[in-house]
Amino acid sequence: MTTETTLRKFIMENYMFTEDDTELKNDHSFLDMGILDSMGILEVIALLEDDFNITVEDEEMIPENLDSINNLLAFIQKKSA
Amino acid sequence: MCGIAGIYGDISKQKAPAFLAKQMAYQLNHRGPDGSAYYNDEHALLIHTRLSIIDIEGGEQPIHNEDNTIWVSFNGEIYNYPELRNDLISKGHQFYTHTDTEVIVHLYEEYRQDYVHHLNGQFAISLWDKKNQQALICRDRTGISPLFYTQENNCLYFASEVKALLSVLDTPPKLNLQALDQILSFWSPVSPNTAFENIFEVKPGEQLVFDLDSQSLTPSIYWDYPYTPKSEAHICDENEASEQVASLLEDAIKIRLRADVPVGAYLSGGLDSSILVSVLKSLNHGDLSTFSLTFDDADLDESSHQKTMVDYLNTQHFQTRCQYSDIANDFLDSIKHIESPIVRTAPIPMGRLSALTQKNNYKVVLTGEGADEIFGGYDIFKETKLREFWSHQPDSSWRPLLIKKLYPYLDMSQNKANSFLKAFFGGGVDQPNQPLFSHLPRIASTSKVKIFYSDQVKAALNHNAEEQLIETLPQQFNQWRIFDKSLYLESKTLMPGYLLNSQGDRMLMKHSVEGRFPYLDHRVIEYAAQLHPKLKMKGFNEKYILKKAMQKYLPDDILKRYKQPYRAPNIPSFFNDDPPAYVEELLSREYLDKTYYFNSAKVALLLKKIKSGRAISQKDNTALVSILSTQAWHYHFIDQFESNFKVPAPESFKIHRIS
Repeated sequence: MTTETTLRKFIMENYMFTEDDTELKNDHSFLDMGILDSMGILEVIALLEDDFNITVEDEEMIPENLDSINNLLAFIQKKSA
Repeated sequence: MCGIAGIYGDISKQKAPAFLAKQMAYQLNHRGPDGSAYYNDEHALLIHTRLSIIDIEGGEQPIHNEDNTIWVSFNGEIYNYPELRNDLISKGHQFYTHTDTEVIVHLYEEYRQDYVHHLNGQFAISLWDKKNQQALICRDRTGISPLFYTQENNCLYFASEVKALLSVLDTPPKLNLQALDQILSFWSPVSPNTAFENIFEVKPGEQLVFDLDSQSLTPSIYWDYPYTPKSEAHICDENEASEQVASLLEDAIKIRLRADVPVGAYLSGGLDSSILVSVLKSLNHGDLSTFSLTFDDADLDESSHQKTMVDYLNTQHFQTRCQYSDIANDFLDSIKHIESPIVRTAPIPMGRLSALTQKNNYKVVLTGEGADEIFGGYDIFKETKLREFWSHQPDSSWRPLLIKKLYPYLDMSQNKANSFLKAFFGGGVDQPNQPLFSHLPRIASTSKVKIFYSDQVKAALNHNAEEQLIETLPQQFNQWRIFDKSLYLESKTLMPGYLLNSQGDRMLMKHSVEGRFPYLDHRVIEYAAQLHPKLKMKGFNEKYILKKAMQKYLPDDILKRYKQPYRAPNIPSFFNDDPPAYVEELLSREYLDKTYYFNSAKVALLLKKIKSGRAISQKDNTALVSILSTQAWHYHFIDQFESNFKVPAPESFKIHRIS
């Protein structure tokens, strides 16, 4: 599975309770759309740390890095570079 | 408390009154196991199931006036009945019992429809004025005692619980989807709605007059929370306020000890119940018994605080430990008592507590509900204050500091999670004049469960729940301060529907125990409503004036402890080693597709998430409990409708006619 598919599946199944691909666009803001709350964000961080081997620093826990599929992809790319 | 039920209209066209009375009374037997009786004439059937507390020998109902032209069936307590009785006797009325019930018929003779203003207590009353062919049904000011009604075949049906109505109505029950949508917004339907289509509750503080000749049903609100408009002066003097609060509350407790059976108390370990227990003790109330719940989960358990109070006052203490499996085991049957979907499991352990109370031969307990709504105790009121500040000063650098003050356990050292908190608490800060401003974050968070709705439910919902609540708000609402508005909204939605009904009356009555609520004495409420909000929430110190007024009754530990709301485990209760079989059955794809309320594919993903052991959020808890309870509601009231409500009451159940 690509990084994008893994992330999308994780968000869709666990927070949107759907398998319908059309319900989540990669630029949808998790917070604005009410998809994630603060606990959900912590789980996304756990996913990044466990499945992608990325350490998320305190100051990196901001919407610019975590608040959409696109932001997450960019953040993972930056951290893996 | 007791159970009442009955029918007004041309009942000669109905089945035999004795049969109807027995059917309805049987459904309310748990509310009044000490005996059942009814009265009927051509146009009225009044039924009563009795839990005997005052005038044990002579208190049988229905009760009548001197010439048998006014009859009453009454559930609850009138605490000021000795004073009312003396006054009525001096006006020439003749009494044939020593009950609080009898004051009602004579008060009605004296004051007609206005009689209800004279009552201090908790009550659901059905009064039949035979001469004028009018029936009056009413409910106490804050919604402690339940009362439901519906109209069918030109008759008015009423009962303390919906199940008694179902036993005699021709129309089978149906879930009121609009009410479900309201429950999944505010934790309670917007009154007068209930979970049942076409069955309504008498609103707290409402009286309905049914005129038999014209067939008209006329509602009127006889009491509402009298908050002071912000343009007028509030009471600001701390010393005056604390003296008044103390003396009103002491008297509210004192008159709630009027009973011919011993009165115990629920003790949570929090401020409100500790105050009650301590005042009770000071009133020299003999051997005082207290009853508590404890939990395995340290986050929920308050037993160390309960012990502090028990040691401090030397009460005879009883406690029961509620385990995860207890909640799962009691849940299904409890929904039959509650008669509504619920969003949290917290009501369920309260059934264990009333069982403990009953087992130890107590029928009456004082309990602390209402203090948070009247004096400003919940976090939602702090959040409201914070969000109101934000709305005035959107860019204030104080904001993170205030959040930190409000939630000291959150790590706010960096920017960490700040933006996310802002998304939660900042919701709607740009609209402080929105009537539901205080409750928008909670409504948004509870409403998340609506993504699970089936397509059919989505299509059937054509009204916005928030707008429906706004429509019920009184005219003067917009003139109140935001803080007072938030107390009012809480007192009109979650408190009567969820706290006093689902978690209160139904769980108390499950084991025939009467709860008494001193903080909901209308004299206390009316005084507190005049206080400036800063006396209730001083900075972020909640219920400040209550603490100041009652500090002499409490040890420092209790007075200064961090407020912990009463909660019970939700999802973990149902997904442990050995869950009862009904959980899987009610949440199976087949049963979900049969009931059609929720999307079975989405629910399957929720169950997959829960079973994977992945961290569960409050939203997941809300979703699981809401869905499971709605399915359980369907099981009891739709699937099992015939066998639960339509079979004849057993021969062994006795009820007799009073004439």
